[in-house]
Amino acid sequence: MIKARGLARRFVARGRTVNAVKGVDLDVQAGELVGFLGPNGAGKTTTLRMLTTLLKPTEGTATVAGHDLRADPIGVRGRIGYVAQGGGTAPECTVANELELQGRLYRLSKADAIRRGTELADQLDLAGLDKRLTRTLSGGQRRRLDIALGLIHSPPLIFLDEPTTGLDPQSRANLWEHIRGLRAEHGVTVFLTTHYLEEADALADRLLVIDDGEIVAEGSPDSLKARVSGDAVSLAVPEGSGGKVAEIAGRLPGAHDVSTVDNEVRFRVPRGDTAMPELLRALDAEGIQTQAMQVHRPTLDDVFLTLTGRTLRDAEQAETREESHVA
Amino acid sequence: MLRDIWLIFRRTMSISLRNPAWVMIGVLQPLLYLVLFGPLMERIVESTPGFPPGNSWTILTPALVIQLALFGSAFAGFGLLAEFRAGVLERLRVTPVSRLALLLGKVLHEAVHAIVQAALLITLAFLFFDLNAPFGGVLLSMVIVALFAITLASASYAVALSIKSEETFPQLLNSFTLPSLLLSGILIPITTQLAPDWLYKLSLINPFRYIVDAERAAFRGDMTMDALFTGCVVLAVLTVLSVTWGARTFQRENA
Ligand SMILES: Nc1ncnc2c1ncn2[C@@H]1O[C@H](COP(=O)(O)OP(=O)(O)OP(=O)(O)O)[C@@H](O)[C@H]1O
Ligand SMILES: [Mg+2]
Repeated sequence: MIKARGLARRFVARGRTVNAVKGVDLDVQAGELVGFLGPNGAGKTTTLRMLTTLLKPTEGTATVAGHDLRADPIGVRGRIGYVAQGGGTAPECTVANELELQGRLYRLSKADAIRRGTELADQLDLAGLDKRLTRTLSGGQRRRLDIALGLIHSPPLIFLDEPTTGLDPQSRANLWEHIRGLRAEHGVTVFLTTHYLEEADALADRLLVIDDGEIVAEGSPDSLKARVSGDAVSLAVPEGSGGKVAEIAGRLPGAHDVSTVDNEVRFRVPRGDTAMPELLRALDAEGIQTQAMQVHRPTLDDVFLTLTGRTLRDAEQAETREESHVA
Repeated sequence: MLRDIWLIFRRTMSISLRNPAWVMIGVLQPLLYLVLFGPLMERIVESTPGFPPGNSWTILTPALVIQLALFGSAFAGFGLLAEFRAGVLERLRVTPVSRLALLLGKVLHEAVHAIVQAALLITLAFLFFDLNAPFGGVLLSMVIVALFAITLASASYAVALSIKSEETFPQLLNSFTLPSLLLSGILIPITTQLAPDWLYKLSLINPFRYIVDAERAAFRGDMTMDALFTGCVVLAVLTVLSVTWGARTFQRENA
């Protein structure tokens, strides 16, 4: 559905050159829900704007929805939906007008545009709002309208740029349901950006982690986590058996960072859930009864930390500092 | 393409029809000129040689029509900046609609806006003042106004999208509109007898003066006039240049 090679974009603003995206390779299959995760300023929006024909890449090639980005941008535009980070509704237009216009701009007949608009309004909980001016909508409603506008022509591929930023947790969870539904019920390929770890974790089959214009990791949320540091396991063990337990745990395939503090043994393994039964059998054979145990799946924040040497939050703060410095 | 232009035109129209009062408010200023300045000019025109033929209203009204179109359309870029900020422009640019259609649809709306205002002003001048102009000439003057509005609006869009700043834009406009108005003899025609030589020569490099002259010629109903022909040629060239410029800016990435 998307195939990009060496996509790069340089900006020159006030004599300063910014390499916003530095040679990105992307492969997205039909029906995938792919998350593009990275801190502020990593180059997510720039990549999306290139893939949606809004911005010419300085280097690289891409095929999107079966059409070449450079040779046939119009072909690409007709087959994708794009929901920009900041939305795109005109404040003085009604919901119904926006939906109809958008449909007609995508070459639907008037009747089809209206029918499809109503259908999407129902799907996205916007029913009954058609006469409202978009500036009177709530943040969540407006975001759902943005998404409806992006879907009006039933594109096989949709780009969502930070779909849930600025929404309260409830609207966010609600929007997640809608996004999952797109793929499950309508087979739409979804490419979304986010800098929320929970969001990437909750939604995406596969993640691309971008930092400073480069893709630094790729894989399912689980495989990324497993690859980086493994799960953290802690066991509460009987008085005096700490050394023995640590030795047994250390023999598990892939176990590392084993430590014993008081009566607690901690270590990391690639897959905590599959390692546990084995560990318990081994301890049983030695006649040791564990009193409590916990397995912590690493968060994507851990992943980001291992990949880049800083946490996502650090990266964002650094970006903010840089911006205030420039200003 | 025509369908797309029509869609964009209709949308822009429906947004501005939400506030029809603006059309009236725009006409208020030139109306004040008619009421408070027109009578003054009546005497001057009668007693001073060097004015073009026709009474003072035939000289003043067409100029005010041009001034009205100029102010209306030159600020069109403001609306576009608002759309740019709201992300509407980007949303439209990612649809298969051609970017030229986006521009033309919007610009056409400005033309209609200018025609409606002009018609309003001319009607008032007919009803309450001693304006005396042939119907055909007035119709022709409307065509001139429409093209003039298209020219200014395209250029305004191009400038607004290039500088993308709500602060710089009006300053730039003011430094452009006032001199070009004064130098086109809006209130008192810049003729060889009325103006000093240097001012007359200076006005000759201002393309707008030919358009004002043509508009006045149309009001006089003298279709053989040299002024009308020159003005129309200048206007046609300006329109083509300006629409090309606007289209390029719309086409350009990142606009
Ligand atoms: N039009 C532009 N001109 C100059 N620099 C730009 C432009 N657009 C983006 N940049 C720069 O490119 C870099 C990447 O920006 P981009 O918007 O792609 O980041 P992002 O990952 O989407 O961030 P966020 O999470 O804040 O949306 C930033 O340093 C930004 O300042
Ligand atoms: Mg962004």
